[in-house]
Amino acid sequence: MKKIGLIIKREFSTRVRKKSFILLTLLGPILMAAVMFLPAYLASLPTDDRVITVLDESLLLDFEKGKDEIRLRYLPPDKFDFASAQAFSEAQGDYAFMHIPLSEGGDPDFVARNVRLFRAGDISISVESYLENTLEKYLQKEKLKAAGVDPEIIARTKTKINLRVINTDEGLETENATLIKMGIGYVAAFAIYIFIFLYGSQVMRGVIEEKTSRVIEIMVSSVRPFEMMSGKIIGIGLVAMLQFTVWIGLGSIFYVIAVTLFIDPQLAANNLPNAATHISLPDDGLLSIYSSLQSIDFFGIIASFLFYFIFGYLLYAALFAAVGSAVDKESDSQQFMLPISLPLILGLLVIIRALDNPDGDIAFWFSMIPLTSPLVMMARLPFGVAPWELILSMLILLISFVLLTWFASKIYRIGILMYGKKPTFIELLRWARYKNQ
Amino acid sequence: MIKAEGLHKSYGDHIALHHLDLEVKAGSIFGLLGPNGAGKTSFIRIINQITAPDSGQLFFQGEKLSASHIKKIGYLPEERGLYPKMKVGEQLLYLAQLKEVEKSQAKERILKWLKDFQLMDWKDKNVEELSKGMAQKVQFIATLLHQPELLILDEPFTGFDPRNTEIIKKEIRRLGEMGTTIIFSTHRMESVEEICDSIVLINKGKKVLEGPLRDIKQQFRSGNYDLILEENEISTWPAGIEILSQTSLQGKLHLKLKLEPENKQSLLQFLSTKNLHLFQEEEAKLHDIFIQTTAEE
Repeated sequence: MKKIGLIIKREFSTRVRKKSFILLTLLGPILMAAVMFLPAYLASLPTDDRVITVLDESLLLDFEKGKDEIRLRYLPPDKFDFASAQAFSEAQGDYAFMHIPLSEGGDPDFVARNVRLFRAGDISISVESYLENTLEKYLQKEKLKAAGVDPEIIARTKTKINLRVINTDEGLETENATLIKMGIGYVAAFAIYIFIFLYGSQVMRGVIEEKTSRVIEIMVSSVRPFEMMSGKIIGIGLVAMLQFTVWIGLGSIFYVIAVTLFIDPQLAANNLPNAATHISLPDDGLLSIYSSLQSIDFFGIIASFLFYFIFGYLLYAALFAAVGSAVDKESDSQQFMLPISLPLILGLLVIIRALDNPDGDIAFWFSMIPLTSPLVMMARLPFGVAPWELILSMLILLISFVLLTWFASKIYRIGILMYGKKPTFIELLRWARYKNQ
Repeated sequence: MIKAEGLHKSYGDHIALHHLDLEVKAGSIFGLLGPNGAGKTSFIRIINQITAPDSGQLFFQGEKLSASHIKKIGYLPEERGLYPKMKVGEQLLYLAQLKEVEKSQAKERILKWLKDFQLMDWKDKNVEELSKGMAQKVQFIATLLHQPELLILDEPFTGFDPRNTEIIKKEIRRLGEMGTTIIFSTHRMESVEEICDSIVLINKGKKVLEGPLRDIKQQFRSGNYDLILEENEISTWPAGIEILSQTSLQGKLHLKLKLEPENKQSLLQFLSTKNLHLFQEEEAKLHDIFIQTTAEE
C-alpha cells in the first residue's frame, strides 16, 4: 500500500509540475470558450458586400435595398435594356445580375417563371435563397393586391407564440427548461468524454514511456505490476480531478461575475411589473435561463457526475493501460485503441438521441451498459431519472470496473515485459490466462 | 542463499526452464552462464518475483520465496533504463523508497554513492541529460541503495568504457568480500574468470554444468602442455608424447605437447637434464568450455 502511495505521488507530482499542465489548466476555460464562440463569432462577422444589379422592368421589388451584405442596385428600365444592363453589371464588377421581365397583363406567375439571375461562376447559396425569398414576398403581395386583400391586414394578423410549458412534476413554469437541461446534460456528458480520452491516453502514454525507457524491469523488481498500474491510474486521475476542480472554480467565478453584473439587476427590474400585473412573462433570454436553472437538482447531478466521472475514468484507464502495455510505441496502439474508442464515440452519438428522448429505450439501455453509461446517464440526469435506474446503472458500472480492471491487469503484467512483435487480440487473451504470482 | 528445486517455466510451446535444480551459496559470486535464450532471464525474473514458475520451488535463505524478500534483492537488469524526465537525486530516492528504505537514510546513502562515483554535480539534472555511462552508474547505484543481501547483475558491463568497467568490477569484488551474494549473468567469459567463485552453465532451460570454477577447469583439462627449451637439445622424445606444434623463436624452441597423465613424471625426469625455460599445463579456457558444452547439447 505504501508503494502505491509512492507511485501515485510520483505520477501526480511529475505531471502537475509540468509547464504545459499549468498553462492548460489556467488557460483551458478560455480556450474552450474560444473554441465554442469562435465559429459563431466568425459567422457573425460582416462578409464582403455583394452588389447585385437588378433590371426590374415590372417594378416588382419596390426598390427593396437588400440586407447587410447583399445590396441591390437598380437600373432604370427606361434607360437600360437587358443587354446594356448586363454589360453595365459586368463593367461595374457586380456580384450578379438579376433580370425581372415586364409581366404580360400583370400576371405575377409570368414574372415568377421568367426571373433570371446571371453570374460568371457559381452563386452563393445565401444570395440565391435571399433573392428567392424576397421575390416570393413581393409576388405574394402582388397576388394579394390582385385578390383585393390589403397586405397591411395580413401583417397585423401575424401572432408570435411562446408556448408556456408547465412541468407537472416540478410544478413550475419552466420556461426554456428543456433547452437548459439539454445543455447541462450535453456539457456533463461531453466533459466526461473529453476527460476519459485526455487522461486515459495519458495513462497509455505513461505505460509506453516506461516500456521504451526500459525502466519497467527495474520497477517490477520492486513493486507488483498491479500496484504500478493502479498507482499510475490513480495518480493521473488525481491530476484530472485537480484540473477539473480548477476549471469548475474558474467557471464558477465567471458565472458569479456574470450573474451579479448582468442578470441580477434585470431580475430586480423585472420583478416589479410582473408582480403587479401577472400578464407578461419575462421574455428576456438570460433571465429565463436563470429562473429555470433553479428548477434543476444540481446537487444530485454534481454527485452523480463525480461518480460517473471517477468510475468512467477508472474503467477506461485500466483498458488504456492494458493497450499501452501491449505495444512498444504509440503508433502501434491504433489497432487496440479501436475497441476502446468505439464505445466512447457510440456513447457520444447516443446522447444526442437521449437528449431528445431521455426516457426512450435507447437512452435507457445505453445508460446501463457500463462502457457508455457515464456519458448517456449524464445526458439523461437533468431530465430526472428514476432512482432505481440510477442505482442499477451505478452498480453495473462498479462491478464492471472491478472485472475489467482485473482483466486489464492480467494483460498488463505480461505486456510490460514483452518487446518486439505486436501481439494480436488472440495473444492478448492468452496473456490474460498466463499463470503469475 | 538461493535454492531452486525442479523449477519449470514455459511460455506457450516454448520451454524456458526445464525442471531446473540449482543452488547459490551465501557469500559466493556466482556466474550464471548460458547462450541467448538459455533461460537465464527467466530464472532471474523468477527470483525477482516478476514471474512465477509453472512448477517447482525456490527458497531464499531457506524460506520459501515471498514478497518479503523483495527488499533483500538488488537487481540490475540487462535492459535497463530510468525515467528520462526525472532528476537523478529524485529518481534514486524514489527507487530506494520503493525498496522500503527510510527517506532520510536513503538520502544519506545517495549522497555517499554519488560522491564515490563522482556524480554529485549531476544530482539535480534530468536523467536524459546524462551520458550513457553516467546513466549506467546511476542505475548501478539504484541497485545497491537498499543494501541487498542478494545482488543480481545481468550483463553489468555493457555500456561501460574500460575505465568504468574497472570501477564497477572493483565495487563488485568489494561487495563480495563484504558478504553480499552475487549472481552474475553474462556472456563475457573473461570477466567470469576474473570475478566468479562458482558457475552454472544452462542451455535450453537445462543445467549442463555446475560447480566451483576451479573444479570445472580441472574437469576440462586438455592434457596439453607448453614447453620452451634451448634449440637443438632434444633429438628423440620418450614414448607416449605427441607433439602438436613446434616453432623456433630467437634461438628457443616453443612446443605444444599432448601428454597422458601417467607419462608426466617420466617426461619431467627426462627434461630435468635439459635447459628448460618453461613447462606449463595449458589452462582450460571458460570460453572454450562454454562453446564446447553448449555445442554438444
